[in-house]
Amino acid sequence: MTTDMQVYLRRRTTSYLMVGLCGLATLVAVSILLLVVGYTLVKGIAFLNLDFVTQTAQPLGEPGGGIRHEIIGTLVLVALASVLGIPVGLLAGAYLSEFGGGRTGLVVRLVADVLTGVPSVVVGIFVYVLVVQPMGTFSALSGGVALAIIMLPVVARTTEEMMRLVPATYREAALALGIPRWRMIVSVVMPGAMVGIVTGSMLGIARIAGETAPLIFTALGNRFGFAGLGQPIAAMPLQIWRYAVSAYDTWHQQAWAASFLLVMLVLVISITVRWLTSRRYH
Amino acid sequence: MVMQEERTMEPQTTPGPATRGIVVQKLNAWYGPLQALRDVSLTILPNRVTSVIGPSGCGKSTFIRCLNRMHEVVPGARVQGKVLLDGEDIYAPGVDPVRVRRRVGMVFQRPNPFPTMSVFDNVAAGLRLNGLRRPGQMSDAVERALQQAALWDEVKDKLKQSGSALSGGQQQRLCIARALAVQPEVLLMDEPCSALDPVATSRIEDLVRALKERYTIVIVTHNMQQAARVSDMTAFLLMGDDRAGELIEYGQTRQMFTNPRDERTEAYITGRFG
Repeated sequence: MTTDMQVYLRRRTTSYLMVGLCGLATLVAVSILLLVVGYTLVKGIAFLNLDFVTQTAQPLGEPGGGIRHEIIGTLVLVALASVLGIPVGLLAGAYLSEFGGGRTGLVVRLVADVLTGVPSVVVGIFVYVLVVQPMGTFSALSGGVALAIIMLPVVARTTEEMMRLVPATYREAALALGIPRWRMIVSVVMPGAMVGIVTGSMLGIARIAGETAPLIFTALGNRFGFAGLGQPIAAMPLQIWRYAVSAYDTWHQQAWAASFLLVMLVLVISITVRWLTSRRYH
Repeated sequence: MVMQEERTMEPQTTPGPATRGIVVQKLNAWYGPLQALRDVSLTILPNRVTSVIGPSGCGKSTFIRCLNRMHEVVPGARVQGKVLLDGEDIYAPGVDPVRVRRRVGMVFQRPNPFPTMSVFDNVAAGLRLNGLRRPGQMSDAVERALQQAALWDEVKDKLKQSGSALSGGQQQRLCIARALAVQPEVLLMDEPCSALDPVATSRIEDLVRALKERYTIVIVTHNMQQAARVSDMTAFLLMGDDRAGELIEYGQTRQMFTNPRDERTEAYITGRFG
């Protein structure tokens, strides 16, 4: 009787302790996120105004000035990287999920995982040799290619995982109707995994939106605004980096404001897409 | 007398039983190195309900999955033998399994309507994804299939809702409608009622009896009362010493349940094992 009671009490204490630790860990994880976003917000919002978004950079010493070129540049780069990276990543993920059972699948999966871990600076140098040198100039295109390469494995692997999660019963139902395999993949498996695929693409975009290092060797930056895909292009992370390492308070302030915008951009994209994908049916 | 009855039941058509229906000859099936079926031979009659009974693991599901070439979808699975559908071997070289499956529909154990599609789209899926879209005729085809599956009255106002919003029994009838929409000749049902309550089960059984007018039906069931209630013919499978399923007895359901020829059939039917 007493031992039963002791065992019960010990188990209950252990349970409370473990639940408490889990809660604490969650608190730490979430509060770090909130601190980063909150600090950026507090520091950045003080210097944020309409001019900052709509105006171009002023020479040092002049008041005001904004990052219009950089915002446009980042949007162009992200769009370019998405156009190049998402379709390839999606198809690669579909291949891995549906046909990647054999040795080729293993190799492709390994390569994708290694690519995820390659430092982004290295990707920048790679694209510099592959695109910038042959073209003879830094360009938006090379920046887009570099970001697409970083994005590729993220999209491919999440797409694969999400497509694998589609239950075999739906695949069998489709095949038993006399639907060809490719059609089953496109019309049954992919829609079933759509939320996950979109989430994977978002993760990819979130990953590249703030990348700085690969752009140093590719997009370079451009004070005079967008001049075509074959010309250097400005980007928010590049400008944040340049302002942040400068010696001037006004530039530091602008770096904070730009950081805030970048965080918000990623946040807004994520929330919008979540909302869109959760609305189908129910 | 029997001949007379046969003729009155199928007045309109057709060539003799030798060509229509399914003739299975020496069918063997494997999952990797494991043999799941050995030397199964039987003839499934057209416009009849044939039930396949036997204890778990005896190869019932494997057997019907061999009838529409779904067995080979499982990695490592292999088939040997002949399955003649209206006289034509579906395992002959050059036969596209996709075309076989259009003629031999299938309903699964658990209702599996496509979760991303509406009720309408689920039924239309087979036609649409086969590229058989005939503009304007789609809604007629969907209504016809839902009528045949005795589901139209319950869902005609919710055609745009998700298929997974229906009840379990309705979902299973939706799956039947989906299979019927492509107008197959044969309908295979793999324990279609095992996930359903008794009311929904009885509706599916009524449906099966009605559908044999137009289709040849093969139904796998764990429930011997169900086999006795719905089927004209019954096949009894049992696994041999190496766990490969073998056909023990095949015959008219009434005869098999009242006067089985094999003592193992009798033992199984009377509940002495299995």
